[in-house]
Amino acid sequence: MKSTKKNILLVVSLLLVAALVAACSAPSTPGAPAADPSADNATVTLSGSTTVQPLAEKLAEAFMTENTGLRIDVQGGGSSVGVKAAGQATSDIGMASREIKESELAEFPNLKIFVIARDGIAIVAHPDVPVSDLTVEQVRDIFSGKITNWKDLGGDDQNIIVVSREEGSGTRAAFEEMVMGEDALIAASAILQASNGAIRTTVSTTPYSIAYLSFGYLDDTVKSISIDGVAPTEPNAADGSYPIVRPLNMLTNGEPAGMVKAFLDFILSEAGQKLVVEDGYIPVK
Amino acid sequence: MSARMIADKTVKYILFASAIISIIIVLAIGFFIFRESIEAWTELGVGEILFRTVWRPGQDQFGILAMIVGSVSVTFGAILLGVPLALGCAIFLAEIAPSAVQSVVRPAVQLLAGIPSVVYGLFGMVILVPLVRRINVPGNSGYGLLAASIVLAVMILPTIASVAEDAIRAVPENYRHGSLALGATKWQTITKVVLPAGKSGIIAGVILGVGRALGETMAMIMVIGNSVIVPKPLSGNPLTFFLSQARTLTGNIAVEINYATGVHESALFATGVVLFGLIMIVNASARSIIRGQKFIEKAN
Amino acid sequence: MENRTSEIALIHKAQAQNLKKEKTRQDFWVAVMWLFGLITVSILVLVVGYILLEGVKAINWEFLTTSPKGGLSGEGGISTTIGTTFYLVSLTLLVATPLGVGAAIFLIEYAGEQSLSSKFLRSLIGVANFAVETLAGIPSIIFGLFGYALFVSTLKLGFSLLSAALAGACLVLPTIIRTTEEALLTVPDDYRRGSLALGATKWQTLYKVVLPASTPGIITGIILSVGRVISETAIFYVTLGGSYRMPTSVLDGGRTLALHLYYLAMDTRAFDKAMGTGAVLVVMIILINLLIDLVSRKLTTGVRKVR
Repeated sequence: MKSTKKNILLVVSLLLVAALVAACSAPSTPGAPAADPSADNATVTLSGSTTVQPLAEKLAEAFMTENTGLRIDVQGGGSSVGVKAAGQATSDIGMASREIKESELAEFPNLKIFVIARDGIAIVAHPDVPVSDLTVEQVRDIFSGKITNWKDLGGDDQNIIVVSREEGSGTRAAFEEMVMGEDALIAASAILQASNGAIRTTVSTTPYSIAYLSFGYLDDTVKSISIDGVAPTEPNAADGSYPIVRPLNMLTNGEPAGMVKAFLDFILSEAGQKLVVEDGYIPVK
Repeated sequence: MSARMIADKTVKYILFASAIISIIIVLAIGFFIFRESIEAWTELGVGEILFRTVWRPGQDQFGILAMIVGSVSVTFGAILLGVPLALGCAIFLAEIAPSAVQSVVRPAVQLLAGIPSVVYGLFGMVILVPLVRRINVPGNSGYGLLAASIVLAVMILPTIASVAEDAIRAVPENYRHGSLALGATKWQTITKVVLPAGKSGIIAGVILGVGRALGETMAMIMVIGNSVIVPKPLSGNPLTFFLSQARTLTGNIAVEINYATGVHESALFATGVVLFGLIMIVNASARSIIRGQKFIEKAN
Repeated sequence: MENRTSEIALIHKAQAQNLKKEKTRQDFWVAVMWLFGLITVSILVLVVGYILLEGVKAINWEFLTTSPKGGLSGEGGISTTIGTTFYLVSLTLLVATPLGVGAAIFLIEYAGEQSLSSKFLRSLIGVANFAVETLAGIPSIIFGLFGYALFVSTLKLGFSLLSAALAGACLVLPTIIRTTEEALLTVPDDYRRGSLALGATKWQTLYKVVLPASTPGIITGIILSVGRVISETAIFYVTLGGSYRMPTSVLDGGRTLALHLYYLAMDTRAFDKAMGTGAVLVVMIILINLLIDLVSRKLTTGVRKVR
């Protein structure tokens, strides 16, 4: 008798716990994050590449002033997260600052890719570094750790402090593909930072440092270095003379509809592309 | 059964359910982190993860030994700097400071514990890193073990100091009286009687500090440089070891989790499993020491 | 005779010297301990003072009342991050407080009951205590990973206030449980016996007598948790998304003050704004510490009155 009572106590308690857990997770079932984007007070969520993020914020701010009631959430995460978020429909739009890999297309066959802009990757150094021109080979040797002193490049007798992005970063993937090639690897001793902004902060405050940086982040706190005599500027990248250029992508799961489509249309419109140019990127139209 | 008796029973079951929620959370944490890491363990093998120093997700290499060494080194540095200060502070608070001074120092220690780690990280980035950079050694970027150890030493000081102070205070007053009556000075009493008597509690405090140090994340990302290398001296002088950049287990997870997919993501969860295991061992040993001491106190 | 007195004199002299040496040693070490106390306070003054002095330059009405803008260039103020912090703190405590207080009540008031003599239930309570200790020692990035794996990915709550609050609740649960337990233990047993003798049920006794008497302790636990959520970054870095727009539902992402400070310091060159955000955070933490001091003083005077 007494033991049945105890068992009941146990069962009831476990049920209650189950109910609690269910209550905690309940909101996931009806709404899910990707709510109907065509509704009036809709939210469009973007996530992914930190390179595309500030541009997307800016485009979103402009688009929202035209469409009051619409809310656009722009989150970071990195290119791989962008691909995953679009592929699994956890975000309406994914952002990626590199080419989409075959393996990713195989995993998410529904992905639609929109190239919204092109971006150059500049080599930047601390402002006090006297070197202002490098060849692609020299850049490769610096980042792979073959050249470790500025004096070998015509600078002071000081160690080169290499700063790089994390694995998984679109900027890093594009840099590895276009500069490092198949065989050379970025030295393990490089300082690693998690975003373009962090790279810029580190390079501008660390003497004798060098890094690669998206065009959109160039400013006078870091020194841009020419590649084979070509300066990293938007016109040079647009006419093809600057060698390190990659696409900025937005991804959707299937054909976009409603406000998602409207937002993408806006980005590719003349007004949207004007904002792209303002931020130092290369327009696609 | 009357209505209020039924209510009484119902409440009991609800309370019971909330009492065991902690168990469920701990199990769920273990379960989910381990489940997500299985892919990495099976596909790469335990040895490939634990005993390799090369972490190159692009090349499918996921050795975390460099991060284990990084976490241990920075913790060691923090203990080296923080423990003398924290112990001194605890002795000061428990045995020496007049109560007016205590009422200033103790809230200060508490406040040190409450300050967000990002604030320490910011302070480290803006003040410590440029200071460390002034040490003239080739390849010294300022980011690295030294700056991280200093930041971490300050962060674990409150933990160690408060546990050690409690341990010192728990030493029975008649130990001190006895020692003083035998003609020992106050300082002799502290070093020869009080500290040995409170030893296990003090050690437990230090171990808890180690646990905190191993688990700290954001402040570490901000000052340690995050390079995936086994830290080593920058020049012939072995002390320059502390100028080397490094990466902690926690930093590895936080910096890359948002960028990772597939095996890479799974390897980060494997990093989490290793960290979780390390911390459990550290905390369990601290707990068993504390429990042992309570047992001794009771026996006395 | 002469010899002996000189011997004694020598011994006395040696003792005096020894004593003097010990005295000097003591003075030296006591001075060192004072120095350590001083260093600790100076570290606090240095860190807090620096952040406040630098931060004050950035803080003005506009900074506090406008939202961040300009993408990652770090323009604008911090209004939405203050709002998000407030939402997240409320939501986290909404989840953690009932669970934590409930758990503490059971562990203190019911665990010793006769009806729980079953071996299984007894050991379950032991395990529950162990679990609370374990939770208290788990580093926050592990809660973050857990929240990411369970709430963000598996339950598909996405990077959202809800995911972050559920993960954050795990962080503060042990704090609430432990402080509530301590508060319950300070309530004298006579209270319980008196109420039960008057015919109240156990729950009526707890609800009407024991809980009101331990309210200040429970409030201390809640305030401590508020402080922990405000300071926490690692968990929210991996579960909250980081969008700086004001969240309008619990499924929206967001950015807390501490997270904003991290983004400002790492991603932008706006160190002045980072300092401003840091100063706001530090002021909040100081206020919370003062509040805890106030409440716990009330707690001790309350108990004194009882005795």
